[in-house]
Amino acid sequence: MNTPRAATPSGAAHGQHLLTQMLRVRRLEEKCVELYSAAKIRGFLHVYIGEEAVAAGIMATLDPEDAVVATYREHGHALLKGVSAGSILAEMYGFQQGCCRGRGGSMHLFDAATRFYGGNAIVAGGLPLAIGLALADKMAGRSRVTVCFFGEGAAAEGEFHESLNLAALWQLPVLFCCENNLYAMGTALSRSESQTDLAVKAAAYEIPAWPVDGMDVLAVEEAARRAVDAVRGGGGPHFLELRTYRFRAHSMYDPERYRDKAEVARWIERDPIDLLRATLEGAGRLSEAEWAKMQRDVDAEVSAAVEFAEAGSVEPVDELLRFVYSEIRSP
Amino acid sequence: MTTTAATPTELTLGKALNAGLRRAVAEDDRVVLLGEDIGKLGGVFRVTDGLLDDFGPRRIVDTPLAESGIIGTAIGLAFRGFRPVCEIQFDGFIYPGFDQIVAQVAKLHYRTGGAVTMPITIRVPFGGGIGAVEHHSESPEAYFAHTAGLRVVSCSNPQDAYDLIRLAIASDDPVLFFEPKRRYWAKGPVDQALANPLPLESARVVREGTDVTLVTYGPLVMTALDAAIAASDDGVSIEVIDLRSLSPIDHATIEESVRKTGRLVVTHEAAQSGGLGAEITASVTERCFDFLEAAPARVTGFDVPYPAASLEDHFLPDLDRILDAVDRVLGRRNSLTGWSAAK
Repeated sequence: MNTPRAATPSGAAHGQHLLTQMLRVRRLEEKCVELYSAAKIRGFLHVYIGEEAVAAGIMATLDPEDAVVATYREHGHALLKGVSAGSILAEMYGFQQGCCRGRGGSMHLFDAATRFYGGNAIVAGGLPLAIGLALADKMAGRSRVTVCFFGEGAAAEGEFHESLNLAALWQLPVLFCCENNLYAMGTALSRSESQTDLAVKAAAYEIPAWPVDGMDVLAVEEAARRAVDAVRGGGGPHFLELRTYRFRAHSMYDPERYRDKAEVARWIERDPIDLLRATLEGAGRLSEAEWAKMQRDVDAEVSAAVEFAEAGSVEPVDELLRFVYSEIRSP
Repeated sequence: MTTTAATPTELTLGKALNAGLRRAVAEDDRVVLLGEDIGKLGGVFRVTDGLLDDFGPRRIVDTPLAESGIIGTAIGLAFRGFRPVCEIQFDGFIYPGFDQIVAQVAKLHYRTGGAVTMPITIRVPFGGGIGAVEHHSESPEAYFAHTAGLRVVSCSNPQDAYDLIRLAIASDDPVLFFEPKRRYWAKGPVDQALANPLPLESARVVREGTDVTLVTYGPLVMTALDAAIAASDDGVSIEVIDLRSLSPIDHATIEESVRKTGRLVVTHEAAQSGGLGAEITASVTERCFDFLEAAPARVTGFDVPYPAASLEDHFLPDLDRILDAVDRVLGRRNSLTGWSAAK
């Protein structure tokens, strides 16, 4: 068995921690939906509801110094990497108290301090960045891991293939986490890939890869721990295909002509939060009172975040032209 | 003003770039070179010749053919404090990396509210005149000059090549660095101890004149200087401005010249529509309309894909076409009036 880095997966406290993390993402996302409908959040909004086990399970295995690169469905990743809910919400409000002064918005959360190197509106656009982050660590001889999240739709992009090749060629410490939620917006995997077994694609680059039940946070964590330990130990890049599902529309509104309601209902039966809660309760590791408290705590965090965001302000308009070029001047 | 501290040595433009890169790598551990065939081969144009031997594979990184991957890797390195210098092998090979440059490199500083900088230099041999073909002779600078957040620079002589590449690497902004490939073998004096080189964003008046302002950059600066010499034989005094920085443009230097001459010609190899010439003539018209004695003229590549090598001499602006435009802005007989016109 590998040495656990974050905590003991089998402990009650750890189980509750994972549940809390998923719940934090779920409640924040539900609040985002509400705020979007109230026109507090503008632009596009892609929520992670249904996929929480993926980010929660993987983040549980990382050290603070490890880097994360994500996609435009990245609110949960940012939150679990350590970006505060308040600065995430303020960012979505477009307020200067946000993690990017309101300039990044929902799709481009970014916080170098917590080593969260951004959401990315371009599908597969983040993969080459992860290569650079990992190369920097390798050059410096640091045993850090860069985790790169992307959807299965990215596998159709050239940057996916360039990045997998570079990572394997240079044996870089990258963990590729493919969040396979079956649809690239409205296009099913089988309609966009000649080879729908994504692990096979990674294997073609000599990258160890395996599929994981992305609705089971314990399974995700176990697989991630195995992979992260291997990557950190100098085993080169690894690839996880996390089989998951988004319960809501691609963005806030979409007619969902590409999937039927029965399919959505089947996946909701395996809601990752319900699954873990049932497991913990069944094992006597979560009392009713603990569950109630967990919900209260999470609700309080989200309420405080809303309060923080509401108190924010837009950047002064005369700052529109700032940060086109760096204000630092080299000698 | 610039000051000199040592005796200049005679170098080709390519060797001057090599010397500038060598010094940047030697002086700053954060500088890393990435590109296709830049290590063992020393680059298609040998601009990075010898650097792998002297600095090793950690600093001089040979990459696969993956322009998007190269640029994206540079972004990740920049996040971690490196100052990457990417070589794109030929002008036309930058297109596969376009997304990373325009969607990421250019926007990250702005998008993060200044939280990160992108001190990335992207070197691109560009332009025609070597009997190559499309993708190997193109001038794609306007795509990047159109993109806020990027600096776009071109050198025209060995001294500037040496100074500008170092200034580009030292800049905390991303710089697209266009190298005039047909001038790689042109020789000139290079003072490697120049204490205060002209800043990255400044244009330079490379020949003073009083009748016409001729603005250009990169490979055509030499052609423009030849045109100025030829015109002087004809009693016409041309002031030649080497733009150096294509974005941002040093409007003040151009404006000062046009206020003096009242006439403007802009020349570049890139196609006319939407090019730097359009930007400069429009800006001059806005800024110095009352000083203009004639409509500005552009001498550019034609609005066609880069032609076959056998036709490239007809595509590229040359001495005759530039002098014809000079005649136009001076109201002298020219190709449009016909040679038998009374004037």
